[in-house]
Formats: sequence, C-alpha cells, structure tokens
Amino acid sequence: MPIVNFISFNGQRHTVTASENQVLMQAAVDNGVPGIDADCGGQCACATCHVYIESPWAAAVPRMDEREDEMLGLTNERRDSSRLACQVVLTPELDGIEVHLPEGQH
Amino acid sequence: MLSQNHIQSAARDHAFSMPIEEIDPANPDYFQHDTIGHYFERLRRDAPVHHGHNPVFGNYWSVTRFQDIMAVDTNHAVFSSDWTHGGITLLDEPMEEARLQMFIAMDPPKHDVQRKAVSGIVAPGNLANMQSLIRERTCRVLDSLPRGETFNWVDKVSIELTTLMLATLFDFPLEDRRLLTHWSNVATSNKAVDPRAPSPEERLAELHNMLAYFTRLWNERVNAEPGHDLVSMLAHNPATRNMTPREYMGNLVLLIVGGNDTTRNSMTGGLLALSQNPAEWAKFRADPGLIDNMVSEIIRWQTPLSYMRRTAVQDIELGGKTIRKGDKVAMWYLSGNRDEDAIPNANQFLIDRPRARQHLSFGFGIHRCVGNRLAEMQLKILWEEIHKRFPVIEVVGEPVRVRSAFVHGYTELPVRIPA
Repeated sequence: MPIVNFISFNGQRHTVTASENQVLMQAAVDNGVPGIDADCGGQCACATCHVYIESPWAAAVPRMDEREDEMLGLTNERRDSSRLACQVVLTPELDGIEVHLPEGQH
Repeated sequence: MLSQNHIQSAARDHAFSMPIEEIDPANPDYFQHDTIGHYFERLRRDAPVHHGHNPVFGNYWSVTRFQDIMAVDTNHAVFSSDWTHGGITLLDEPMEEARLQMFIAMDPPKHDVQRKAVSGIVAPGNLANMQSLIRERTCRVLDSLPRGETFNWVDKVSIELTTLMLATLFDFPLEDRRLLTHWSNVATSNKAVDPRAPSPEERLAELHNMLAYFTRLWNERVNAEPGHDLVSMLAHNPATRNMTPREYMGNLVLLIVGGNDTTRNSMTGGLLALSQNPAEWAKFRADPGLIDNMVSEIIRWQTPLSYMRRTAVQDIELGGKTIRKGDKVAMWYLSGNRDEDAIPNANQFLIDRPRARQHLSFGFGIHRCVGNRLAEMQLKILWEEIHKRFPVIEVVGEPVRVRSAFVHGYTELPVRIPA
C-alpha cells in the first residue's frame, strides 16, 4: 500500500494511502486531495491532473508517451518535471513519493 | 400557437418513427424549437455512428455517444481540424477568405505554437488577478437591473458581462464593445441556415471591418512595449507576429466567438435551467457551497457549442462503421452530454451530481477550450452575486433560441425581478 505525499502550491501536505497499481490521479481523487480535477476521468485527454514529480522520484516513474506530452502542452505551468497523474501507476517502488501541485489546473 | 408539450411530443413521435437514414441532426429547426434531444436519443440508441445528409452541409457522420466522441476528439492524427480540410464546422466555405484560418482549425505543429501565444492570458495567476474586476462589473450590472418589469436577460446580463470581459482581454475601447458582440454574431451566422442572417458578401465585408479595426490596435501595440492583452500578445509572440491578415482575422474570430457566445449562452441557459428546476434552485439557496459543482452542471446542461467537426484523413473504423478518408464527422457534444451510459441521470439537471466536471462541453484532446477556467470563474461570480441579491428571478416567457446547429443559445429570455 504505497504512501503518497501531495504538496499543494502553497506548501500544504496531504499524505494518503493508495492501493497498489492504482494511478496517482485516482489516489488523489479518492482521498479528496484538492487541486486535481481529472475532468476526462483518466483518459489522458484534458491535462487537469497536472503534477510535478521531482528527483529522486522522477527516475522511478515510467517515461511519458507522446499523447501525455501533447496534452501537457495545454498547460502554461509546464516544467521538466511535469506529468499527468492519470498516467503514473503507483508501483511498490513509488512508496513514499512526493508529488507537487501547480498553481492551478488548465 | 402550439403548446410546448405538443411540439415536444410530435417531435418525439417523428424522431422515433422516421427511417434512421433520414435523420439529419444538423437541421436548424430542431435547435430553434429545442426538439433536437429526441433525435439524439434515437441516434444514441439505434445508430450511434450515423451517416446522414443535410441540404446545406451535404453528407456527414454524426457521433452521438460520449465515449465515441472522446475517441474522435483525442485522435487528431486521423480526425483533422485543419481549415484546408474544412475546419471545425460542417459548412465547407469556399477556399477563399470566408474559410477562417484560426488555430482551432489547424493541426499540430502550427496549432500548438499559435495556441501557446495566447493561452497565458488565462493562466491561473492571471485569472486570480482578474477576479476582482469581474466581480465589480458583475455587481454593477446586477445592481442596475430594473425591478418589477420584464426585460431581456440575454441583452442586459449575458451579453453585457461577456462583452465587457472580452473587451478587457483585448484591451478594446470599452465604448465600442458592442461591436465585438456584433462581429461574434456575424461570424457565426449562416444565410443558408437562417434567412435573417447577412449574405456571405455582407458577412465577409463585416469581417473586414473587424480586421481593419483590429489592425489599428495591432499597429499601436506592435511598436509599444509588450502588454498583457491578446492583441499585444499576438503582435509580439514569434509564432504569431508574422501572421498573414487572413490568419489574424481567423484568430480574432476564434477569440471573439470563443470568449463571447459560449459563456453568454451558459449565463442564460443556467437561469433557464434553474427556473425550470425549482428544487435545484432551492438546493443552491440552502447550500451556496454547491456553486462550483453547479457551474459545471450548467455548462454540461447548456453545452453552448453543440458540436465540433473533424475530417477523416484516412479510412477508420468507429462503432462498427467505416468512415472514409475525406468524410466529415460531427462530434455532437450536446448528445454525448445526455448519454446515460456515461453520465448517470444525464437527462436531469442536478446541481449536486457527482463528477459534474466530467462533461464534453469544453471538448477533449489538444483542442480543448483555452478559456474554460475563465468561463467557470465568470459564471461562478455571476451566481454568487445573484445569490446575494435576488431570491427570485422569474422567467416570464419562452426563450427565443438561435437558429443554428452549432451555436446552442438564445437571443431572448424574458425575465422579471420582483420589485
């Protein structure tokens, strides 16, 4: 059961327990973490579950595919560490991951 | 005059008895009389990917279920938006100037860089800065409304608020702001569909007037320091500063229509929906904390643009049908937003519905609405301020609807605020 730490734009920390192999977006939505909208329901089609995953965790998440890259193009707050939370599966290696939220969702 | 009940039951009989291949959901009558829902219900049940014919638009596919729409909207490699194929509406304008070159009607990579040139204006930080201005204006407009007499909500509230916002985004002279409303109406008009609309020549002449006005603004701003308005952003961004006049014209139409017709019609549609569903208005009065959810539900319920068109650039299977290269495809957002398989109780207006944000009104994929957050903020402020002032706004007559299969909206909604 991976532990996930969501850190809001103003620094507030929400620590939640996710199910293994759940996607990061669902872990946020199921636990009422504010700042993740997921308007498309997890189909990589809206870029409203934008998060930042920094080192060292960045190395442990799978690389993004072309579609995720395209959808991240919709956000103005994109950084090198940007990901869509609906595309990140919570494998056991991600237990304890820190995830930062942008100022707002697209 | 026939009663609404009679019109609706006759339309339902028609929709469910006519041969399926004869259904033409782009028929503007269905939108003018608000009977389109019956035809969509039949299509979702019997032919969710449907090939039909329209006397003005020719042959076209209609995609009416939520998940099929999502599949088309997210597959831009096969379903092109590009103006060279016909763009985003069903009418194939002549290749000359009438065919608008705007980034919503472009494929990557040009789409991406032109969109990026303007999208920052609605970035989260900028939206926060706009909030107090929007509230101040909303208060002023609401406080100036007549009491105890009938007036047109569309004109006095919906058009006024959205046009003020749009003028601010362009840093457009406020005293001329109704020109923006006029150009928005002209740009989306279609003589072949609505006899009261300007002719194609008149339409183009008006778009040139718009271009001339905005070219003056461009010339002022291109030589000044970069500002925070849309014209300055376009004039200074490397991706757009060398646009042709035709591209400038196209992108202006996109920004004017996108920032105007849509929110305007959700402002009207929301009042209509709440007045037709008094139990929902009572829920909001009792718990104003429902407002974010209610705003999403209003946008779903109204679906201010009924569809977006794509053109297949290769043969592809969808819902057991083969769509051929070159075929045009309408993604009927208005229908997908009533699809019970995707949205439980989709045919009810419920301000506290779960997952209210998961609607199709903003589209999905790379062309998703740029201004979605601004639209939500405008609607939220409007309803917060209505809630503070008016326990009741009575709708005292039938709305007059736009005769269009594309713009799903109103020209009149007679209302009265008790004295």
